[in-house]
Amino acid sequence: MDNKDMYREHIIDSYKHPHNFGNLPHPTHACREFNPFCGDDITMQLVVKEGIIEKVTFNGKGCALSVAAASMLTDKIKGMNVEDIKKMSKEDILELLKIPIGPVRLKCALLSLETLHKALER
Amino acid sequence: MNKADFPILQHVVYLDNAATTQKPKKVIDAIAHFYETSNANAHRGVYQLSMKASQLYDDARKTVADFIHADADEIIFTRNATESINLVAAAVFPLLKGKEIVLTVMEHHSNLIPWQQFAKKNGFTLQFIQMKPDFTLDYQDAEKKINDKTALVAFCQVSNALGTINDAEKIIALAKKHHALTLIDAAQSAPHMIVDVKKLDCDFLAFSGHKMLGPMGIGVLYGKKELLEKMQPYQFGGDMIKSVSLEHAEWNDLPMKFEAGTVNVADAVGLAEAIKYLEHIGMDVIEKKEKELLQYALQELKKIKTLKIYHAEKSSGIISFTMEKVHPHDIASLLDDERICIRAGHHCAMPLMHILGVPATARISFYIYNTREDVDMLVKALLHVEAMFHG
Repeated sequence: MDNKDMYREHIIDSYKHPHNFGNLPHPTHACREFNPFCGDDITMQLVVKEGIIEKVTFNGKGCALSVAAASMLTDKIKGMNVEDIKKMSKEDILELLKIPIGPVRLKCALLSLETLHKALER
Repeated sequence: MNKADFPILQHVVYLDNAATTQKPKKVIDAIAHFYETSNANAHRGVYQLSMKASQLYDDARKTVADFIHADADEIIFTRNATESINLVAAAVFPLLKGKEIVLTVMEHHSNLIPWQQFAKKNGFTLQFIQMKPDFTLDYQDAEKKINDKTALVAFCQVSNALGTINDAEKIIALAKKHHALTLIDAAQSAPHMIVDVKKLDCDFLAFSGHKMLGPMGIGVLYGKKELLEKMQPYQFGGDMIKSVSLEHAEWNDLPMKFEAGTVNVADAVGLAEAIKYLEHIGMDVIEKKEKELLQYALQELKKIKTLKIYHAEKSSGIISFTMEKVHPHDIASLLDDERICIRAGHHCAMPLMHILGVPATARISFYIYNTREDVDMLVKALLHVEAMFHG
């Protein structure tokens, strides 16, 4: 696999102009997670009302894959049911990103989902 | 020396030599030759094959000793520099006066974590010599941190993350003034410059074979004989004993006292072959050639405006950098497409990354086989990455 496949235009665009990037003033759920291998650092903040995601933001530092994944994931989950989000897995992220990812960089792509799951457990 | 001596370099531009180096055919052949012609357990059999293996192992030790100007019984073979430092941390306690261990903020985790554990176990405090904004050690701070409370000063001669060459003589002189012991992490210096333990007058020195053309799995600890003699073994078993009853054992002489179990003859032979290869070129020549390549690389990299370079003036062949708005891992992944191998990450120096204020850097590190063409290919590929993210 060529790494260039990971860096298609939609990924670079999402990285340069991420959606839902920033902070929420009064989150009901939040979690900060690190990927020690990369030094990625992502915080997810959520407002959950009656089991539905009303608002979501993320912030932090990460590589193109982790930021693009967080941007697309936060877009996707707005208005979703918490129970359905808890069922989301690796495959859902790969479907969002639409690129092939090798085992080393998979951690980057999955960091935001992991952070989201941890935030919702709290 | 010629790139053709290194089979793997026909396929890649390899710029991650601070992590590990490639092996010349001669080293690979020496290891295979040992297994094909001389393999037996060293120091065991009275048959010729075992004696041959023992002789090769002892010869390898002599080659390593000569390389750093030590005596053969001051050389202990370990798995790597990490294990060498762990050995000292496990066995040095009875020799220490004082309650503080002084390190620097630029240590590799291998020269940090063993001392963190040592301090916790023995009730010691860690002190850290700080770094100045020019990426050199703050020697005024060193004068404060090294004092009469200091038991041991352990520091890297060359920073693996930045390439900074630290002034070992100066630090050792400070330590001696306060009767503290010294340990040099020479993992990034022994492969690249002349390291003379007699001249340095350090108490301990550690390095790895695989970072100097040798195989993985063999490392070296140098220790002054009078200190090693006073230290207790840290692993126990065969080969490290002189006589054993059911209740008691008497330790073997140096250096066997610290080499429990079957020793790694093949990789010791490989390391000796690597040292011969380096000495054939000359460590002074290697140092000079790397310096020239480093200057060329700095000059070329400075042309890329989005790069920030973390680099001290007096430096070994290592350059750490970041590119504005691009994560180091993205740089390394994209360079990989051009078959250029560089490191991206925290370089096992997380506290240093914190001081630099970055989660990670990209790092290139040279060795004897790297050329200006390698640098040109790197620069071209970096410009491509820049265009992708900044275009």
